[in-house]
Amino acid sequence: MSVTLNDYLLVSVLMFVVGFFGVLMRRNTLIVYMCLELMLVAATLALVAFSRYNRTMDGNVFVFFILTVAAAEVAVGLAIIVALFRRRHTVQLDKLNALKN
Amino acid sequence: MAPLLFYLLSALVLGTALLVVTSKNAVNSAMFFLISLLGTAGLFVLLDAFLLAAVLVLVYAGAVVALFLFIIMLLGMKGGERPPLSHFAVLASVVAAAILGVGVLSFVKHGQITASIADAAVPATGAVLKSYSAQLFTTYLLPVQVVGFLLLIAMLGVIVLSKRFEGMEESK
Repeated sequence: MSVTLNDYLLVSVLMFVVGFFGVLMRRNTLIVYMCLELMLVAATLALVAFSRYNRTMDGNVFVFFILTVAAAEVAVGLAIIVALFRRRHTVQLDKLNALKN
Repeated sequence: MAPLLFYLLSALVLGTALLVVTSKNAVNSAMFFLISLLGTAGLFVLLDAFLLAAVLVLVYAGAVVALFLFIIMLLGMKGGERPPLSHFAVLASVVAAAILGVGVLSFVKHGQITASIADAAVPATGAVLKSYSAQLFTTYLLPVQVVGFLLLIAMLGVIVLSKRFEGMEESK
């Protein structure tokens, strides 16, 4: 028995769902952000698996770009979180309710 | 050998991903995230994407997790700070995640995914460094330039966001 594309997709979907669960459940902005990154990595795993089993190069090149964009995004996102903490002195999501009502 | 490695690595990745979500301490979460990323790099190696595995370890495990840890230390979030989660929120998250999972899984199961060949039968294209450069410098030359600009703009944005502008911010 060997590993098929569906096995990799299963792992990717489960990883994505775990990340989604974390985004919904946790209240700490940094953990939520980590879970978002987890979802992104799950998507790249699916892309690499598709690219491997379809004998194309495009999925791998897309993952290359995704990694670059993710690095830029993490830098900006963490800078925003630090600026937010400086102003509001908290990173708990349920305390950041300035737009409520 | 390869199926065993695949199952081990996927168990590692999924287990540590769950621990990222459930652990009380933010630093522990970041460490489990690191292990999860290393497992994913292992899966990339199993898929013959050696360059991507190396880049994942360098960029994510090296830079991103270090940045996360740095910010966690900077904001001074020590252990045991997680407030108890309300049962309603946990239940709602579990239901929403389960709906998403079932939806995507049914797409995977019943979608028209034809490539179900055993991986030993398929020659790997992602393993050759030359094919990356051939693609990046011909077909994807414009995206490479755009991504370069994106990195520059992100750097400028981070500088602007994290610099204190004295006298320009309204007083709290």
